[in-house]
Amino acid sequence: MDFTPHTDADVHAMLTRLGLAEPNDLFAHLPAEVRVSGDLGLPEPLSELELMRHIDDLGARNTPGLICFAGGGIYDHYLPPVVRALTLRPEFVTSYTPYQAEVSQGVLQALFEYQSMIAAITGLPVANASLYDGASAGLEAVNLAVGHTGRKGVWISRGLHPHTREIITTFARARELQIVEHPMVGGRTAWAPDAGPEPAAVVFSQPNHLGVIEDYDAAVTLAHGAGALAIAEVDPMLLGIIRSPGAAGCDIAFAEGQPLGNPMSFGGPVLGLFTTTMELLRRLPGRLVGQTFDREGRPAYTLTLRTREQDIRREKASSNICTNQTLNAIAAAVHLAWLGPNGLVEVGRQSMQKARYLAHRVTEIRGVKLAVEAPFGREFPLLLPLDPDDAVAAMADRGFLAGVPLSGDYPELPGGLLVAVTEKRTRHQLDSYAEALEKVVSDA
Amino acid sequence: MPEPGGRATASPLMGGSAEPTLRDLSSPGRQAWSFPPLDVPDGDIEIPELAPGPPALPEVAERDLVAHYTRLAHRNFAVDLGAYPLGSCTMKYNPKVCDWAAEHPAFRNLHPSQPAHTTQGALEVLMEAEEILCRLTGMARATFQPPAGAAGELTGLLIMCAYHRSRGRKPGTILIPDSAHGTNPASVTLAGYSVAQLPSDERGMVDLDALRTAVDDDVAGLMLTNPNTLGLFEEDIVEMARIVHEVDGLVYYDGANLNAILGVARPGDMGFDIVHSNLHKTFATPHGGGGPGAGPVAVVDRLVEFLPGPLPVRDGDRLRWEMPASTIGRVHGNHGNFLVVLRALAYMRALGGPGLRRVAERSVLNARYLESLVSEAYEIPYPAPCMHEFVASAAALKRQTGVRAMDVAKALLDRGIHAPTVYFPLVVEEALMVEPTETESLETVEAIAEALLAIAGEAAVDPEHVQRAPHNTPVSRPDDALAARQPVLTWDMERGGGR
Repeated sequence: MDFTPHTDADVHAMLTRLGLAEPNDLFAHLPAEVRVSGDLGLPEPLSELELMRHIDDLGARNTPGLICFAGGGIYDHYLPPVVRALTLRPEFVTSYTPYQAEVSQGVLQALFEYQSMIAAITGLPVANASLYDGASAGLEAVNLAVGHTGRKGVWISRGLHPHTREIITTFARARELQIVEHPMVGGRTAWAPDAGPEPAAVVFSQPNHLGVIEDYDAAVTLAHGAGALAIAEVDPMLLGIIRSPGAAGCDIAFAEGQPLGNPMSFGGPVLGLFTTTMELLRRLPGRLVGQTFDREGRPAYTLTLRTREQDIRREKASSNICTNQTLNAIAAAVHLAWLGPNGLVEVGRQSMQKARYLAHRVTEIRGVKLAVEAPFGREFPLLLPLDPDDAVAAMADRGFLAGVPLSGDYPELPGGLLVAVTEKRTRHQLDSYAEALEKVVSDA
Repeated sequence: MPEPGGRATASPLMGGSAEPTLRDLSSPGRQAWSFPPLDVPDGDIEIPELAPGPPALPEVAERDLVAHYTRLAHRNFAVDLGAYPLGSCTMKYNPKVCDWAAEHPAFRNLHPSQPAHTTQGALEVLMEAEEILCRLTGMARATFQPPAGAAGELTGLLIMCAYHRSRGRKPGTILIPDSAHGTNPASVTLAGYSVAQLPSDERGMVDLDALRTAVDDDVAGLMLTNPNTLGLFEEDIVEMARIVHEVDGLVYYDGANLNAILGVARPGDMGFDIVHSNLHKTFATPHGGGGPGAGPVAVVDRLVEFLPGPLPVRDGDRLRWEMPASTIGRVHGNHGNFLVVLRALAYMRALGGPGLRRVAERSVLNARYLESLVSEAYEIPYPAPCMHEFVASAAALKRQTGVRAMDVAKALLDRGIHAPTVYFPLVVEEALMVEPTETESLETVEAIAEALLAIAGEAAVDPEHVQRAPHNTPVSRPDDALAARQPVLTWDMERGGGR
């Protein structure tokens, strides 16, 4: 099956006009040594029905119906059908980046509204139109800080998501940045004010990767005292409950935006939220939509401050980003507008209360305790009396995705399991989880 | 006026009046959300850093939301509405069966941290897509972590860096032709390299002598798009790769234009070492108004150890994750834009080997046919046979009538056809870069040509009308200078000083 509309007669007529005999002649000017002569071993074409059966077969090889208690940035929240219904409009799905503003007002206005709502929940004045994911947004934040301060030191909390730390490290190796990791004590970052090279940035997560709520002032005061930017990663679904990074004085906030409007999708496509201050506006990575007027004085939206971008500035651009995650950003905007101020508070409140209930239930199990005794959001670290990977496997047999093992990224927590709860979990599911975990622990 | 069958020129029914923002539509107390009542004990949430109150979000009913976004959709052009010959962007038709695949509940609801034994189907998707991609590009293995082309470029450059470091070298320069996409030099800077630009020769291809002169021990590699951004196949590619390899440099293939050579020629056979492809171009995943895309990076055998990880590997009849031996580390928080990969796999499997080759044949056929029609009114500065796209110039038109490439682009919008890419590549004055793609019919290709010729004709008699185009779109040309001078980037921002 293919999707080209040409009939044989069309192809013949077109080749004839071009003075060619057959399609192969279109490539006659390519050097013979690079032209494919043999069979590439590619699969045979499939009809739609055969294709759908094949995808179904592949899907059937995933374990179905696991009740999700895994988090670490990607969460199983309730997604109202209206999000998909609107986001899947083909005008949004099948358009390119809105460079031709006159025929792209829909996407542009949707992004302007997305920027407005992301700025509102983070308490910072400017948001870009999305980045790839939370981790790469963290990298872009560091990149901005390095450019802004001209320094090469980056102070990072060990409580920052391990994958974000890894991406920053991947990049730092090529750029010869000096990463200084600040340890956690009792579940919170213990900042060392006299650490290594002068920092461009002080980067932390609120709540941190263990789910624990950090002390904003400690990080922000440290950063500003050292002449660095204070950069916070946040959980968007908790911004109705936890103080915003803008209110706390941060210079940049970023987040994994998946919980807003997007299914877990095996981790992609998701989106990175990125917000900052007016002072840093001209260094903002990624696309930005502004409101202006057309020739008739009607309100119009357009991509703006484009002199930051790669297609104009080339090697002097603030970032190399071209394709971003627009459709995911539209989904996030629809979801945020569906929630409104009180719905966002309700999601956070329910998730946190259910997390507290589950934490209470599972710590009644003999040998199971919280890894740290500190106030948490909707996620908490357990210490199990068995290898957490084994526990996750055994829980999967009982129908639960029990959490994310911490022992690989945090060897100091050998039995560590990060458990996340959303508003979607019912009390029955929480009780069943606790009962299943009790069996798994006692069987071990 | 209805057009004859097969023509995609009917003006879309796009809304002509301004759409209020969600904040304008907001009314205190209105609500769309609902959740079940809390079924666990409630009480005060005692945490430090408590928010003082709810954030300032709009309050709307679901009905308001649906009407708002549907009206916004009406104010947006898209491939599903009509021809989109936007050069370099490969705005081909996105098959609906691939959308179906990406919406499959067996994949949509997977968590990225699930143990591999519960996600065998997803790992199989990655393996299958990787195998097809490697066969098409002539590479050994690929990573799907890079979520876009530019991210693929950065990944490729970090691999180059790791390769040279492993050999105890630290060359600092990347060679890039002057016709390259802007992402190339931006990625090079981000990776900590400096850019050395290679001039094009009179054919519109890399000047081989300039390359020979530029290559020395400080050259880490060459980044090249082939066919290049003029739509021309770099005929000296084998020799170019040999020259770069002589100083142990690596040759990077920017896959932006891979569509033109699918199943016809392979970057691996041309001497490339690292290849990124844009699934949102070549493999028909939709552009989503600017994303999500996917920019997988494939490499030759000797670079596999440096790939980002983890990668899926076969272990008997199971698949598991494994970090490559000398990996550069992660470049995405999870496994890349997985659902985009699933869509692309559906497309590749639907087409199979013969269909994928037909993509190249018909995209080149459409472009060359369109070029031959358009050349009646527009100059083709580099006349070598084009591949899947061509670059025409409105320089003569501008001299004769004052109508510029941008005006031509805007006038096309009035005719229900999306604009081509303009003012790129930089080596062509008043460039119009046109890529019809293989999914437009002969009739549509002819309609694009007729529109371009009609605009040239109109420019001769009423240039001002063309210069003021578009006339029947939801808005006319926005005041970009005002937008940049006094930025209004959220609905809370006031424009300083007024208009």
